[in-house]
Amino acid sequence: MADWAGYMGLMLDGALVTAKLTVLGCALALPAAFLAGLGRLSRFSAVRALSVAYIEFFRGTSIFVQLFWAYFVLPLMGVTLTPLQAGVLALGLNVGAYGAEVVRSAVQSIGREQHEACVALNLTRWQSLRHVLLPQAAVVMVPTFCNNAIELLKATSVVSLISLSDLTFQAQVVRSQTGSTAMPFLTVLVIYFAYASLISFGMKTLERRMTRGLDGLRT
Amino acid sequence: MEWDWEFVREIMPTLLDGLRITLLATLLGSMLAAAAGLGFALLRRSKSRAVARTTGFVVEFIRGTPLLVQLYFLFYVLPELGVLLSPLTAGVVGLGLHYATYTSEVFRAGIDNTPRGQWEAAKACNLTPYQTWRHIILPQAIPPMIPALANYFVAMFKETPLLSAITVIELMSEARSVANSNYRYLEPMTLVGVLFLCISLIAVPALHLLERRFRPTR
Amino acid sequence: MTDTIIDIDCVTKRYGSHTVLKDLCFSVRPGEKLALIGPSGSGKTTILRTLMTLETIEGGTIRIDGENLFQMERNGRLVPADEAHLHRMRTKIGMVFQLFNLFPHKCVLDNITLAPMLTKGVKKADAERRAMELLDLVGLADKARAMPAQLSGGQKQRVAIARALALQPRIMLFDEVTSALDPELVEEVLSVMRMLGSTTDMTMLLVTHEMSFAHDFADRVLFFDRGRIVEEGPPDVLFTNPSHERTQTFLKKIIAAGQRI
Ligand SMILES: Nc1ncnc2c1ncn2[C@@H]1O[C@H](COP(=O)(O)OP(=O)(O)OP(=O)(O)O)[C@@H](O)[C@H]1O
Ligand SMILES: [Mg+2]
Repeated sequence: MADWAGYMGLMLDGALVTAKLTVLGCALALPAAFLAGLGRLSRFSAVRALSVAYIEFFRGTSIFVQLFWAYFVLPLMGVTLTPLQAGVLALGLNVGAYGAEVVRSAVQSIGREQHEACVALNLTRWQSLRHVLLPQAAVVMVPTFCNNAIELLKATSVVSLISLSDLTFQAQVVRSQTGSTAMPFLTVLVIYFAYASLISFGMKTLERRMTRGLDGLRT
Repeated sequence: MEWDWEFVREIMPTLLDGLRITLLATLLGSMLAAAAGLGFALLRRSKSRAVARTTGFVVEFIRGTPLLVQLYFLFYVLPELGVLLSPLTAGVVGLGLHYATYTSEVFRAGIDNTPRGQWEAAKACNLTPYQTWRHIILPQAIPPMIPALANYFVAMFKETPLLSAITVIELMSEARSVANSNYRYLEPMTLVGVLFLCISLIAVPALHLLERRFRPTR
Repeated sequence: MTDTIIDIDCVTKRYGSHTVLKDLCFSVRPGEKLALIGPSGSGKTTILRTLMTLETIEGGTIRIDGENLFQMERNGRLVPADEAHLHRMRTKIGMVFQLFNLFPHKCVLDNITLAPMLTKGVKKADAERRAMELLDLVGLADKARAMPAQLSGGQKQRVAIARALALQPRIMLFDEVTSALDPELVEEVLSVMRMLGSTTDMTMLLVTHEMSFAHDFADRVLFFDRGRIVEEGPPDVLFTNPSHERTQTFLKKIIAAGQRI
């Protein structure tokens, strides 16, 4: 335990990298989820097919394979990515594919009568989606998006295997430098759990604010 | 870089060897996940609040932290406590416990969905709690859960590459080792992807079949 | 052409092999108040939904203001209407649903202002002023900021009426707007409709099981059975002296169920 503070510092650096990966990954996953999820509901069969291909491909192969592919194979095609970029790309697109199904089923869960009210008020398809269907669907999406964000957080640990110095990577560094095993891994587990709790707390707050007024009992 | 079929032919047997270990790990992991998940679900319903809450916290904790770190923990920390596991065993335990936290939710929902009347009928027939669970509740609750459970087993299959990090020689580590020794990443990585996609695509109709077979009739 | 606003000519509508409207023909004069009555499943809702373009038809033509609803002319030929044509046609028509179909995530005022702002480009302040006038009209000015979930059924339905009116359609369709309401809430909605009927020159088509209301309200009553019009006429004649046997049976059942006509 000579340099306890130094090792703690290393792990906090890793915690920052993990936070960054999670935030950037979510920032990519969210638009990907909406594009592909709404794409699956498009009137145009080409758009539908493209969305299905994206969703099935990224859900069908493992995040791990996707990350390695982005890091080792894309450079062969002339696209060289830093580990961080490869990580964000793979994580964002992977979780985006799962999110797309959430978006699709949430939009589909909105009753037919809401669509019909939109037609009777002469809203265009886009206006109905934007002002009536999506705001209602969003309430349904939030809890599942919360789970998706936590899955993304957990998946970030995989980038340590392409030598990105995230939390998991730093735990390994500390282990190999100190020979101590329980301390680094337990510390890291607790930090991940704290992050996950933070995400669920944030999402719960968001959900409460969004559902306010939607049922008559709570005002 | 050109795609090299000759190289593909050369490495395919090695990759298939790895795939065998991957499938074995998934199978064993699924069995553990099912058993431990049921255990978690029952413990969470325990009459003792301390037991129920502790289990709840453990489940939340395992589900809120990465499988990879849990695998490291099993692989590096347990030997220091005198528990020696082979890499594959450690991997299966890690996969099984991690996914047990997901399957426990399935079990919990399934058990909660059993109508109240069934419990009361069992009591009226003077069955012991064990008999009630064994003969009345679980036989009704489990079949409708099978599709959801199978879904998690497929998800687990996609996480098996993590076992390569604790030196299990499965599909991903075979691919990485042939890639490293030949300095060719294109074919091994792509093939791993293709093999995963193939098995996932086979799993999709299989899951649909299960869903039809076990669709709740109530 | 100028003396009708709706022209329904030989319209056929099928769901699969089940024919719901059979060669249906009738027309409506501008400003006319029309009541559609008939047994359950006779196709009353279907005809309103078709006019609102919520359903398509398999045969016949519907003209609104002399213009074909489901077809348009392109290069001298009739082709199925595109979205832009339907959009233009829908500006003439408004509809109130049996189950209100309010937007649960928007307050009463926003429910009413949404469509005028989006489809007509009305400014927010103007839309809100107009919405308040309408809320006043239906007696709900104090509920402008309430959410739909906080309203009673009768209040919801009055908001739904105000919402449809905000677009100033020339034709209003009402599909059993009181049948989902508790009996004591029916009258507050009917009185709003009565007021609309006597103070506006909107054309109104009304599907209802409230025979006494139909009697007072309508200029003309159509009796539907199995996708056809069996009998039509002024309410005084049709209700008191129906000539067709099926109409008589239907009205007898209604009276037996305790309604006054
Ligand atoms: N979406 C649908 N698919 C198949 N059949 C339908 C559909 N909607 C309505 N029908 C059928 O069309 C017929 C006419 O229905 P419609 O709703 O117009 O009747 P209605 O006169 O409004 O009856 P009610 O008084 O019960 O509202 C019924 O036989 C109904 O079963
Ligand atoms: Mg009807």
